[in-house]
Amino acid sequence: MKKLLAGAAMTLMALTGGAAQSQDYPDRPIMMMVSYGAGGATDFQARIVTMTAGNEDALGMPIAIINKPGAGGRVGWNWFATQADADGYTLAAYNIPHFIAQSIEGGVEYGADSFEPIANWGADPAVFVVAADSEMNSMDDVLAYAKENPGKLTFSGAGLFVGHHIAALQLEKAAGVKLAYIPTKGGGTAAMKAVIAGDVIAGVNNLSDAFRAREAGNVKILGVFDLERNEFLSDVPTMKEQGLDIDNASVNFRGVMVPKGTPQEVIDKLAATVPEMFANDRVAKKMKAGGSPMHIMTREEVQAMWQARQATLEELLAGL
Amino acid sequence: MEFIYYFGDVFTPVNFLLLLVGTIGGLILGATPGLSPTMAVALLIPFTFHLEAVSGLILLGAAYTSTVAGGAVSAILLKIPGAPANIATTLDGHTMAKKGEGARALQLSFLASAVGGIFGVLLLIFLTPLLAKWALAFGPSHLFWLAILGVTIIGSLDSASVVKGLLSGCIGLWLATIGFDDIMGAQRFIFHSSLGGGINIIAALIGLFAIPQVLTMFAKGRRNDNIEVIEVKKHAIGDAVRELFSRKRALAIGTAVGSFIGLIPGVGGQIAGLVAYDQTKKFSPEREEFGTGHSEGVIAAESANNAMVGPSLVPLLTLSIPGSPTAAVLLGGLLIHGIFPGTDLFDNHPEVAWTFINSMLIGQVLMCLFGLYIAGLAARVAQVPQSVMAAVVLGLSVFGAYSVQSSMGDVYVMAALGVMMFFLERFGFSAAPLVLGLILGPIAEANFIQGSMIANATDGLGSYFFSGGLNLILIAVVIASIIYSVMMELRQNRAQTVGVEA
Repeated sequence: MKKLLAGAAMTLMALTGGAAQSQDYPDRPIMMMVSYGAGGATDFQARIVTMTAGNEDALGMPIAIINKPGAGGRVGWNWFATQADADGYTLAAYNIPHFIAQSIEGGVEYGADSFEPIANWGADPAVFVVAADSEMNSMDDVLAYAKENPGKLTFSGAGLFVGHHIAALQLEKAAGVKLAYIPTKGGGTAAMKAVIAGDVIAGVNNLSDAFRAREAGNVKILGVFDLERNEFLSDVPTMKEQGLDIDNASVNFRGVMVPKGTPQEVIDKLAATVPEMFANDRVAKKMKAGGSPMHIMTREEVQAMWQARQATLEELLAGL
Repeated sequence: MEFIYYFGDVFTPVNFLLLLVGTIGGLILGATPGLSPTMAVALLIPFTFHLEAVSGLILLGAAYTSTVAGGAVSAILLKIPGAPANIATTLDGHTMAKKGEGARALQLSFLASAVGGIFGVLLLIFLTPLLAKWALAFGPSHLFWLAILGVTIIGSLDSASVVKGLLSGCIGLWLATIGFDDIMGAQRFIFHSSLGGGINIIAALIGLFAIPQVLTMFAKGRRNDNIEVIEVKKHAIGDAVRELFSRKRALAIGTAVGSFIGLIPGVGGQIAGLVAYDQTKKFSPEREEFGTGHSEGVIAAESANNAMVGPSLVPLLTLSIPGSPTAAVLLGGLLIHGIFPGTDLFDNHPEVAWTFINSMLIGQVLMCLFGLYIAGLAARVAQVPQSVMAAVVLGLSVFGAYSVQSSMGDVYVMAALGVMMFFLERFGFSAAPLVLGLILGPIAEANFIQGSMIANATDGLGSYFFSGGLNLILIAVVIASIIYSVMMELRQNRAQTVGVEA
């Protein structure tokens, strides 16, 4: 009986304590985990979009970025799913399709159900690039070469079970040809180096990085793996325009999430405030200057997007 | 000669102040175990949000330059390399410090750093277009052979016995396979979730070098209350300058190897110091003295790791490809101001590009001056009683390992590796070859997998890895390096046998 009473008292305390906590939330600085290294695209963008968090019209408390890199993001997300406190003071950046593809592949302790999305800030589509001196000028040229030399068109990307790999699988499926996808270690930059140096014939890369490489005169961009053309590259046609049935499943969406079990009031508060915070003018200006495409989505939109990705990726990766 | 016009910009009050802050701060951060150059630059990035593009880059460039040099302080005095670049510095530097010659070792190290560093930045200024071609010439097959070349020096590195050197190298290669494989995503030897990301190189460095030191110090402290106090000899800076320039061979090899290896994206920075050390040793008539506190060892290692700084930025500034983790962080610092490296940078923002490069040149000089100033003071660390020292080093080690990616897992890994190394050292194994294996394993593996995938899709493994000028040159160097090591070992054995018979 004593135990029961104590238990009840504890529960009551936890409940009232929890409620009081959610009302004042946030009353101390918030931490946001980025599962890639400092200086990478995700880290860089996370720092920009959270820089106004301390403003009164935003959360009123600063957000500090903590990096937990390793194994393509698996280390950080594993930690977030199993060890992070679900109290609203520990947020994380998500990368779609990465973490969903990894959870389908297996060997990790998370899935789409382990997290609650808050809002999306960016969408970086994959693009198809060739070196500036390549003879290929359109996807038709690329596929003509691939049909003449089945399995010999080498093209680089940032690894397996990431957006670039998904794009590569979609391309093979839509064009009905066999290609040689070469995953690199060291992310998009290593994959881009392989294209510029001529180690491979072509490559899939991030739109933001490819845009920069094109400005530097190193690559040509032949197609965008997205539903619409991008504002940074209005002259580059989508894959669909070039007759390939490819949707936006490979687009790298970046946003904020919390662990499952976070109090509903906290989620509601964050879901209402964070998209506003992303829409800040200063944030938009910095993001544009860095060549990072923004795409703000609310919690409901992200939930629908996660579900759609889960279905597409399960189908695409089933054959692997 | 365009760069000369922008020297004035470095000396505006704000910029020069930032250069000073970056240099002094960088030396302190670099001397703290666990704070690698990449970390230091990443920590400073948020501050640059509020600065002009030029000022921000000056701060970052100064911090990069001086953290690399500052790493020598802990490498020499405590035998804890601040970053992989400083591993080779421990081999002779710490032995010198133990003999009371810490001041001399530090002075030589900062002077050599400055000479190497200035040469590297000058290469960046004058030969960038040419160097960019060289940086791109290394494809997967060449990087694979380069890593194998590194493996061939494992055996002869800081170890009395080639076999024990090779064995520690193998342990390192095995440790490198732990975790999720970055290319295929396969899981290897993950017994606990904190091993999922693999063995972090900084945590491993601290564990392997610092923990055996700490344990030895505690053991000694218990045994004997009147520990001998090392007399720290004073050393005139003029003598250090004279000594540096009388060791022209070590300085030249260190600088040359550092600049050329530093250029290669993805490999350079980590092994430049070790390769330069090994080459200098092979070409030196006094090679027997390496490892016993020979000044050539310090000069070669430190000139190499600072010579690397300038060229390592070439792929970033010209091709917009960051060749090292630190360069990747610098890229973020550029992008935040809307500046894209590449032609855009030099054509449209020459004042940013050249002021940044010039500031690194002046930063090298400042770094050297401050370094020499603290050398005499810092060398007194050797006089701190061992029991106190052990506690301080242990504290710094835990702090350093934790701060890499704010993870207690790294602290446990550091402690476990450290205890293992303590016992291995008792049997004559040493940490340097083990760490080299840990660094080279992933480079060799990733490039082999990638190269073989490309080869299988195109003209086959044989011709991909064994044809082409650069491949053949590298293979020839690998073979030469193996033959040299075997001959040295045989000669040494013969000398020992003769000695025993006599």
